[in-house]
Amino acid sequence: MTTTAVRKDGPAAVTPTPTVGGHARNYLSRVRGGDVGALPAVLGLIVLCTVFAVMRPSSFLSAGNFANLFTQGAAVTLIAMGLVFVLLLGEIDLSAGFASGVCAAVLANVVTVLGYPWWVAVLAAIATGLVIGTTIGLLVAKIGIPSFVVTLAGFLAFQGIVLMLVKDGTNVSVRDEVLIAIANRNLTPALGWALTALAVVGYAAVQLLRHRNRVARGLITDPITVVALRIVGLAVILGTAVYVLNLERSRNVLISSLKGVPIVVPIIAVLLIVWTFVLQRTSYGRHIYAVGGNREAARRAGIEVDRIRISVFVICSSMAAIGGIVAASRANSVDPNTGGSNVLLYAVGAAVIGGTSLFGGKGRVLDAILGGAVVAVIENGMGLMEYSAGVKYAVTGVVLLLAASVDALSRRRAAATGTR
Amino acid sequence: MSATPLLELRGIDKSFGPVQVLRDVALTVHPGEVTALVGDNGAGKSTLVKCISGIHPTDAGEFLFNGEPVHIGSPRDAATLGIEVVYQDLALCDNLDIVQNMFLGREKRSGIVLDEPTMEQLAAETLAGLSIRTVTSLRQHVSSLSGGQRQTVAIAKAVLWNSKLVILDEPTAALGVAQTAQVLELVRRLADNGLAVVLISHNMNDVFAVSDRIAALYLGQMVAQVKTTDITHAQVVELITAGRSGGLGLATDPGSNGDGPQPADSISGGVR
Repeated sequence: MTTTAVRKDGPAAVTPTPTVGGHARNYLSRVRGGDVGALPAVLGLIVLCTVFAVMRPSSFLSAGNFANLFTQGAAVTLIAMGLVFVLLLGEIDLSAGFASGVCAAVLANVVTVLGYPWWVAVLAAIATGLVIGTTIGLLVAKIGIPSFVVTLAGFLAFQGIVLMLVKDGTNVSVRDEVLIAIANRNLTPALGWALTALAVVGYAAVQLLRHRNRVARGLITDPITVVALRIVGLAVILGTAVYVLNLERSRNVLISSLKGVPIVVPIIAVLLIVWTFVLQRTSYGRHIYAVGGNREAARRAGIEVDRIRISVFVICSSMAAIGGIVAASRANSVDPNTGGSNVLLYAVGAAVIGGTSLFGGKGRVLDAILGGAVVAVIENGMGLMEYSAGVKYAVTGVVLLLAASVDALSRRRAAATGTR
Repeated sequence: MSATPLLELRGIDKSFGPVQVLRDVALTVHPGEVTALVGDNGAGKSTLVKCISGIHPTDAGEFLFNGEPVHIGSPRDAATLGIEVVYQDLALCDNLDIVQNMFLGREKRSGIVLDEPTMEQLAAETLAGLSIRTVTSLRQHVSSLSGGQRQTVAIAKAVLWNSKLVILDEPTAALGVAQTAQVLELVRRLADNGLAVVLISHNMNDVFAVSDRIAALYLGQMVAQVKTTDITHAQVVELITAGRSGGLGLATDPGSNGDGPQPADSISGGVR
């Protein structure tokens, strides 16, 4: 059937040879067509940073504050990364916040009360996340309860379990050096540079190999200039960030030196790479998008829809467990409010602000990080401007609403321009 | 046209509970031909297609594929034989691009990594083989395609797997005039490329435009299977609505038949 036609006749050759200008025009027309991607988050981030930099130049722009942004936003960002998977199916996990609290409480109990080494505690916390996720997934996929209801019940129940695990209102401290280091210590500047170089070289290798492979097969590719610009862009952003983080930020260098990339940053980076690989380069990831886009079509294509649905809740709760570990590390303790109050809403907000659709089928793990940065900047900047918690919540709420509106409007726009 | 039919059904019976939807249905499908399957709502067209594609098991009857008796117990069996169905509601994912949709569920991989270049090449070759030039980029999301282009992609997806029999369930139902012509042209080309095509349609113009044979179902019975050149528009309409037309169709008056029009109503009710 498949005639080995000369590719010049094929539809792939209909479009003219790609140019940088054509690439830019393509992107603009995609944005106009409603495919805005992470653009609102990036623009929002720039606006917010400019505003805070003008209002509080000395405190907001300091190297110390820059490092703070990462450790402050880490837990929420990690939970948001897991939520992206659930949102991709058009489902929701309202229990992710307190699930992270439960996992943190398990961690603290295993390491402090029972006295096991740190890695046993970490494994126990992640295993707890796996169990929670499997349970939610089975209830949603096999019994057929809407995920909203299952996880709302989880939200309440896990809150209770955290209370029971930390003995009513007291807290369990975490003193293990390794666990505390996760959110409170930094890489040495040299190691920071080495990892940056590795990341940039690795990214360049992947991009260039892909480009060469596609050119060799005569397929349409992005122009090499665009590929090069992407690599240079990544190098500049990472380089600047690492340079600033490697500046001395201790108030008194004689007492203690404080510089380097916070350890939690490479942890997030590795998880970002792993999950992005899973979503973009494996058939499992492809099937997640398919189920989120059209469940019936996925089923007819022979995809085991139930298995995919269960698995995303497992991923979400496991990422929540990692978020819980980071939160416990940062606070040096676990109390009944770990993973509570605004954590879940910030995490959902981060994913949506970053450009992940609440309607399913559209989103990336990177979105969670961009959105998490927006949330962290709001929280941090408003704090520096000495606004009350009330104002912070209200502003974050408005930003989330804005993001959801952009999502809904771009979807409508895509529907209007998409079908012919 | 070859002597042995690609697919031959004999004496197919199918009931859902007390409602008999197909009775003693026979159908032959030849490679290189478009066989139009016509019938009123509830005549059993969809059920027959679902039996062929392995979604419903049959109660009785024989399947012969290339002259060999086969058993089709699941959609997978059907796919292994080279039977692909293009459903009315298309079954494409809007948020995926053309290549991703064409390979959905059967992605090519090298190791655990998706082999995108190979998939893109195969997709391009398939579309080129069908002389499809309406699609500008293979990496375009399906949501940005017109109805006719989507139907084209759905058909190309069915053809990609070296399929031998392609069943199209009302492919032109939702299309405009120009797009209908495009899709019909494609249907014709499939047959000219040597595939057996079964086309389900309500539209007599479409049926007469592309089909080589017409098979008419009436209340779960195959009342006639004739060459398109041997029959007129009006006769087909009579076969669909009354089950017979002149010398064609049911021999006796349906009323005198043991279970005549009476269960007929329950059939059309039951199939819904």
